[in-house]
Amino acid sequence: MAQTVAHKGNHAADHDHGHHDPNDLKVVGFWFFLISDVILFSVLFSTFIVLRNNTAGGPDGKELFELPGVIWETFILLTSSFTSGLATLAMNRGKKSQLIGWLVVTAILGAAFVGLEVNEFVKMVNEGAGFSRSAFLSSFFTLVGTHGLHVSVGLCWMIGLMIQLGRRGITETTKGKVTLISLYWHFLDVIWIFLLTIVYLMGVM
Amino acid sequence: MDKKPRSLRTLITVVVTLVTLGVLIWGMFFTADYLVLNPKGPVGQSEKELIIITTLLCCVVIVPVLILTAVIVWRYRDKPNRKAAYSPNWHDSKVLETVWWGVPIIIIIALAVVTARYTYALEPSKPIDAEQKPVTVQVVSLDWKWLFLYPDENIATVNTLTIPEGVPVRFEITADAPMNSFWIPQLGGQIYAMSGMSMTLYLKADEVGTYFGTGANFSGEHFAQMRFDVNAVSQADYDSWVQKVKGNTGSTITEASYADLAKPGVMGETEYSSFPEGLYSKIAYKYVVDGENADSEDSTDGTKQEGMGSSLPGFSSGQVTSGLSASQPVQ
Amino acid sequence: MLDSIKDFASWFFVTGDPLIYGADVSIVLATIAIFAVLTYFKKWGWLWRNWLTTVDHKKIGIMYILAALLMLFRGGVDAIMMRTQIALPGIKFLEPEHYNQVFTTHGTIMILFMAMPLMFGLFNIIIPLQIGARDVAYPFLNSVSFWLFFVGAMLFNLSFVIGGSPDAGWTSYPPLSELMHNPGVGENFYIWGIQISGIGSLATGINFIVTLIKMRAPGMTLMKMPMFSWSVFATCIIIILAFPILTVTLALLFLDRFAGGHFFTLDMGGNPMMYINLFWMWGHPEVYIVVLPAFGIYSEVVATFSRKSIFGYKSMVFAMLVISIVSFFTWLHHFFTMGSGADINAFFAITTMIIAIPTGVKIFNWLFTMYRGRIRFELPMMWTIAFIPCFVVGGMTGVMLAVAPADFQFHNSYFLIAHFHQVLIGGVVFGYFAGLYYWWPKMFGFKLNHKLGVWAFWFWNIGFYVCFMPQYSLGLMGMTRRISEYTWDTGWAPLNFISTIGALMMGIGFLFQVAQILYSTFKHKKVGNDPWDGRTLEWTTASPAPEYNFAITPHVHAVDDWWATKERRAKGIADDPLPPIEPIHMPKNSIIPPIMGLAWFVAGFGFVFDWWWFYIPGMLGVAICMIARSFSYDTDYYIPVDEVKRTEEAIRGSV
Repeated sequence: MAQTVAHKGNHAADHDHGHHDPNDLKVVGFWFFLISDVILFSVLFSTFIVLRNNTAGGPDGKELFELPGVIWETFILLTSSFTSGLATLAMNRGKKSQLIGWLVVTAILGAAFVGLEVNEFVKMVNEGAGFSRSAFLSSFFTLVGTHGLHVSVGLCWMIGLMIQLGRRGITETTKGKVTLISLYWHFLDVIWIFLLTIVYLMGVM
Repeated sequence: MDKKPRSLRTLITVVVTLVTLGVLIWGMFFTADYLVLNPKGPVGQSEKELIIITTLLCCVVIVPVLILTAVIVWRYRDKPNRKAAYSPNWHDSKVLETVWWGVPIIIIIALAVVTARYTYALEPSKPIDAEQKPVTVQVVSLDWKWLFLYPDENIATVNTLTIPEGVPVRFEITADAPMNSFWIPQLGGQIYAMSGMSMTLYLKADEVGTYFGTGANFSGEHFAQMRFDVNAVSQADYDSWVQKVKGNTGSTITEASYADLAKPGVMGETEYSSFPEGLYSKIAYKYVVDGENADSEDSTDGTKQEGMGSSLPGFSSGQVTSGLSASQPVQ
Repeated sequence: MLDSIKDFASWFFVTGDPLIYGADVSIVLATIAIFAVLTYFKKWGWLWRNWLTTVDHKKIGIMYILAALLMLFRGGVDAIMMRTQIALPGIKFLEPEHYNQVFTTHGTIMILFMAMPLMFGLFNIIIPLQIGARDVAYPFLNSVSFWLFFVGAMLFNLSFVIGGSPDAGWTSYPPLSELMHNPGVGENFYIWGIQISGIGSLATGINFIVTLIKMRAPGMTLMKMPMFSWSVFATCIIIILAFPILTVTLALLFLDRFAGGHFFTLDMGGNPMMYINLFWMWGHPEVYIVVLPAFGIYSEVVATFSRKSIFGYKSMVFAMLVISIVSFFTWLHHFFTMGSGADINAFFAITTMIIAIPTGVKIFNWLFTMYRGRIRFELPMMWTIAFIPCFVVGGMTGVMLAVAPADFQFHNSYFLIAHFHQVLIGGVVFGYFAGLYYWWPKMFGFKLNHKLGVWAFWFWNIGFYVCFMPQYSLGLMGMTRRISEYTWDTGWAPLNFISTIGALMMGIGFLFQVAQILYSTFKHKKVGNDPWDGRTLEWTTASPAPEYNFAITPHVHAVDDWWATKERRAKGIADDPLPPIEPIHMPKNSIIPPIMGLAWFVAGFGFVFDWWWFYIPGMLGVAICMIARSFSYDTDYYIPVDEVKRTEEAIRGSV
């Protein structure tokens, strides 16, 4: 209340010179980006759901998916989400080396996830279940691949961020960047849960 | 209604506009060129009624708005010594706002009721009530010609369609080319012709005559050539036409000649005395993979078309008229 | 060796049509001329520093508008070429193949490369000024968005002379747009032109919604925002929710063509109908994306030139938000004839009609803003008044089309063509023209010549009705869209001929506008801050506004705050004392956006031709630009108080 009064009555006390908190701005914008990304994934999910039975005589999910690998991927990704949370905690306590350390762990887990996924893809292609085999497979590779691509982009981003943190330490700017990437990372986690359920679990059922 | 002068210029504009409109409306109802407004069959007739009803309903709002616009713009134009009131801060009225949220809502409710009723009544795949058994014509949209197969008579034509007058016609429509749309304006509305799908459309001609038929959805280079005449003839003439076509055994469609026919190109009107049995379903289901369809009777695959949650076209191939659910009679 | 080069060239360059050679020559000549002028007047540095690398929203806005007008010209020429071909039966002006390309590029350009950038241009120039901000939320991203739009548009236009234009309609339905029926590179140009600029559009949507949420001047609550700002808010919601759908749809179509996917193919389980659904899930909201800002402009113009507050502010806001939401539930009305069954058709028919309700309310509110006002017939107001009857009739035919069973007769006919041109020209184009005339003084410091503007106005308006009213009739006569020829026996010839005359009149109207801009540029009177006696914040700062927009951030107390201030002043109440000027925080120009645009262009071009030695370096370039941006920390600066004071004095001195 006091602030509003100051705003209206006493301009001298008002230090607004068009200088909005940049981190705050970025977080809001990033949420809107995530909303649009949700739409992007929803469209991919719906194409997958429409096409998942159109196997054109080729293999279906039941024949192709190997749950143990997928469970491992899930476990790894969820853990990485946890470690990225730990990184944020370390940042809030101002501990630079801890922060970088947890980011490294997160990145390694992320890389392991991508590795497992690529491995799965290669296996499928070798079994003759490639991208062009059927509409089902086209939509499968696109949906899961888009998620994988998101994770890979996140990895590059994270590496860049680690370098910046190493050079500049924890500043307002780098703090903002860490906040964004951890948002992004959690978001990819949520998407993966949907992927796991809709693509894999419902696929083998 | 703008710049300096004046009433005279405005008057001329108004008069010219009204005359033009009058001529257009007159033209619509009194010249035969307005095919949609001169229907020759029950479906087209109902659609015309619907068009008139909805136009009138819309006019209930539109005409007063247009008059109001003219009056307000004229009355409140800025000029010296104007007598009309000026109240710069009047910007809110609960009563007025209620009126103009209310009136459109009422009109739209009325329109919605009319639309819903007609939508069910005019569902293209709904048979037309009639004593006679419908004639079946199978329609295939090709690049860039129309192939009509008469399964009961085992004859075929290209770019010309002959039907008996007074008898419902059941069109089964597919494509062996990019999507098109099958439209005979004077008999009734159009429906898409799509590869891998078989659509059903019932139409009936009430009068003997030649009607304009056309492809309505762009399908490539010579799309403009996809026109055909629809000859509605008496039952007797129809029978003798069938015999005539059957008798002319010089030209037939075979598997091989169909392949030629389906190649992109333009051609004139042609009649064929026979075609291979099952040609239509072969075309319509050509993209169904054997493995997929064969076990559809007993395995989970059989329910896949229904079980997709949504029944929007494109999100489920198992809709009412589509082909992949294999409910069509196979000739 | 020579032969293989020849073969390549005849495949790579579009050949065989004198029109194309004419275009080739004029493109080369225009490029040489531009280079020569820039070099002779030593303007390269100026161009690079002041324009190409700028992050100033006003300059970016002007670049958008310039590009949009250029595209309006190209799209208009396409339109006139089409109308010439079908003016009468038997005209051999365009071959069918060429005709198909022309209507495809006409539609794509007008919606995506004309309406969208014109809209973004107005967003850019006005929104920060109207809400009292120094810039948009993300000035750098804003510049990136512009460059993505621009290279997307250029890539698309390149198809006219290289590789061949797309020819499957602006909707590009498969299977016609699939490799099976369309093996050339034209469709790839379509995909990548739209894809690249579409990413830019999405970013712009995010940028402006954050700007509106976070950057408003103190005191400007949401319900005190000007109507144009509200309309942009509603539009941005639609952009954020709709554009990802387009991105995915085009990506999937491209995967089909490029990597052997089976999303929309006929064989191997693909589903072409899914494309049609997805396309219109974006496509229908897209219509509201372009029309809502026009509604916002009309609201501003009507209030200003009636010298009256907008009637029913809350209703107007509510109506726009309803439109932005309901617009997502109507897409199926674009294909009632697909045989979805009566349930679905009835549902989408009714949702479509529901949109007419808030739209109708807006019309009433505009009318009652004029009621008891003092209407001045300046150019912006003339376009606004012309819009109302035009849009009302267009809206009515829209409701008629929404009646599903009636649509079986209207669909794909010229009735439909007439309808959507009436709402898109009468609604969108008239609106943007009104906006351009209205804010032109704010952009450049002078008004556009009234007399030439009136000529343009009447040519456009009369031309419009002469062109499109006959097309309603043609639709009822059974004439379908996208046909390149017809015969005398159809009886369509007279009305088509009239329609072509109308199209030419609109073309003349456009030429008058070009003349108007050129004339006014060289011969004009400078105007002050507030040439129209406006109501909102953009009229409180200089015309054109200094790079920091406001020396002192304004404090807002009312809707139409500037009008309220003027009323207070008239009553002799003194303004609040101004706080002292402080150093102003501004973003620095950046060379990354144009370079990133170039990288996208290279990548897009590579994807079009499937040349990995183009697209891999291109995509790498994009990645490097992003990394370079992430690593640059020196992105902003402060304008010292002295400099602000000097600038302000210079502005006051010059008027």
